[in-house]
Amino acid sequence: MNKNPISVISSTAVPLNVENVDTDQIIPARFLKATTREGFGKNLFRDWRYEKNDEKNPKKDFVLNNPVYSGKILVAGKNFGCGSSREHAAWAIKDYGFDVVVSSFFADIFKNNALNNFIVPVKVSPEFLNVLFGAIEKDPSTVITVDLPQQTISTENGKSEVFEINKYKKTCLMNGYDDIDYLLSIRQEIEIFEKDYKN
Amino acid sequence: MSKTLFEKIWDKHVVTSIPDGPDVFYIDKHFIHEVTSPQAFAGLERRGLPVFHPQKTIATTDHNVPTIHQELPIREELSRRQVQKLNENCAKFGVELYGLGHPFQGIVHIIGPELGITQPGMTIVCGDSHTSTHGAFGTIAFGIGTSEVEMVMATQCILQNRPKVMRINIEGALHKGVVSKDIILQIISQISASGATGYFVEYAGSTIRGLSMEARMTICNMSIEMGARGGMIAPDETTFSYMHDRHFMPKGAEWDKKLMEWKKLYSDPDAVFDKEITFDAAAIEPMITYGTNPGMGIRITGVVPNPENETDESERNNLKKSLKYMGLEGGQRLLGMKVQNVFIGSCTNSRIEDFRLIASVIKGKKKDPDTRVLIVPGSQQVAAQIRAEGLDKVFEESGFAIRQPGCSACLGMNEDKVPPGEYCISTSNRNFEGRQGPGARTLLASPLTAAAAALTGKVSDVRSFLDEQNGN
Repeated sequence: MNKNPISVISSTAVPLNVENVDTDQIIPARFLKATTREGFGKNLFRDWRYEKNDEKNPKKDFVLNNPVYSGKILVAGKNFGCGSSREHAAWAIKDYGFDVVVSSFFADIFKNNALNNFIVPVKVSPEFLNVLFGAIEKDPSTVITVDLPQQTISTENGKSEVFEINKYKKTCLMNGYDDIDYLLSIRQEIEIFEKDYKN
Repeated sequence: MSKTLFEKIWDKHVVTSIPDGPDVFYIDKHFIHEVTSPQAFAGLERRGLPVFHPQKTIATTDHNVPTIHQELPIREELSRRQVQKLNENCAKFGVELYGLGHPFQGIVHIIGPELGITQPGMTIVCGDSHTSTHGAFGTIAFGIGTSEVEMVMATQCILQNRPKVMRINIEGALHKGVVSKDIILQIISQISASGATGYFVEYAGSTIRGLSMEARMTICNMSIEMGARGGMIAPDETTFSYMHDRHFMPKGAEWDKKLMEWKKLYSDPDAVFDKEITFDAAAIEPMITYGTNPGMGIRITGVVPNPENETDESERNNLKKSLKYMGLEGGQRLLGMKVQNVFIGSCTNSRIEDFRLIASVIKGKKKDPDTRVLIVPGSQQVAAQIRAEGLDKVFEESGFAIRQPGCSACLGMNEDKVPPGEYCISTSNRNFEGRQGPGARTLLASPLTAAAAALTGKVSDVRSFLDEQNGN
């Protein structure tokens, strides 16, 4: 089932300068009762976004509520996405409108979930992360460019860093391929494996 | 060539390796539950696919079920619909379901081992990060997202990059009042909530060898809380004697044959690990967390770290943010602090051994009248065993009510929540902001420490109770 391919994303960014952002913050468990993948964006960071769970009462000091920040790129502190395996966290981020999350490192399960939902997890050095936070906070209209084919992330004023991404995953993202299609395409190989396999 | 336990199991399950990409990794058992499966079933339907191997898939309802009146229809509509959806999907796709009312129902990571579904050498996945629990039996077990749940349903495989392997040795004898939960909280407090990211952990050493299976499961369960993909322990006589005769275990000659294979599952003496750390069991004391991730733990007698002593600016800010949420001050002691709630349950600590431990502390004493105590066994089997051993009487005489199995206040998805601003000593695995309900303040601890708090209404050192019992 092909998804929209990703190549170069240029956008303003939202700075969430918090470490160890866990998936319970990204989407609290009480919002996991849906049986479809849609509509989780409105509850993204629910308890950081609203006072007393009240949508009419946004917390002024939370970055998503600050009108000066917007864009398709979320920049966050280290160990982003730790905790629960809930893919609802990736769905919420994508549904809210982010295509890229930048951090100095990601929790493993979240990284897989992000990739499976065509969100690019861009891992940068702690120093470059600080450069990004500084640039965005100084000028919220600054544009960050994530070039997936070149594997670079750069700021408007020419600061740039190369990021790593698994070659297979890069191909998937750039062509809109999905892992399930790939696995289905090798079902015969799996069945051959099973013939000799005992457990 | 010498191999680690992890490598022995991993290598056997690689169908093929994608050049410059992940391995196609074969899965032996797939556990599913109501929260992370509906979108995966919907994906199969969209593609017109069956579940490839329904007999390798086991379903239960746990995350989103009430823990009282399970015999009645679920009151909350969305929860009821989600549970109903699992019933429908399992019927449609031919998956065995241990739903509400079934004698095998319970928290997915409790039922797998106790029913004998979890067996050494297996690869096990589930759309839940605490799947690492099953690693206590010498399995490669880890949590996955819903897209991956769909992959396993469709092909019995998943695409995975091989993680690095870390060995954590714990050596020596534990002090009285110190249990496996304290060991893992101590390890995470040293390694940090992200220190094992990218690794699979093997726990080894004389302390681990001396632990029961229940205690080993508690340790493997929390591997994810330091970022590890999973945790595992080589099977030994303790493992085999726990497994023997369980419902789904092979019996007779088939058992003997399997046993021969299982006995080969250990890390070779000269196997090389990417990282190795050793802890001294004698240096571990009862632990409690003070912050908003499981790495923020101290000894029960210790003091909360002071942000002013933190030299790194972002660490300082994070500590300040956590303490503000928790309503605590740097330098403060937790011992003696009032708690309004105690939660005993979750896939970390709701097995029969946990209830035996708690009963040994509360026997002949009375619950603190002002403290709200939620006691939730991990499964119907655990609940039945509690009754069979007469532990329910001990709880009742001390003023405690035992609820019905489910994940409950560990994640606050059902109505079992901790009220905003209140403290809860919890035997669960996560103290994240709002984890047990919006504004809830969680202090993670062992079942013994939770039991002591349930009697006193305060953060208490369980060792004083144990001394009393011994007549000291």
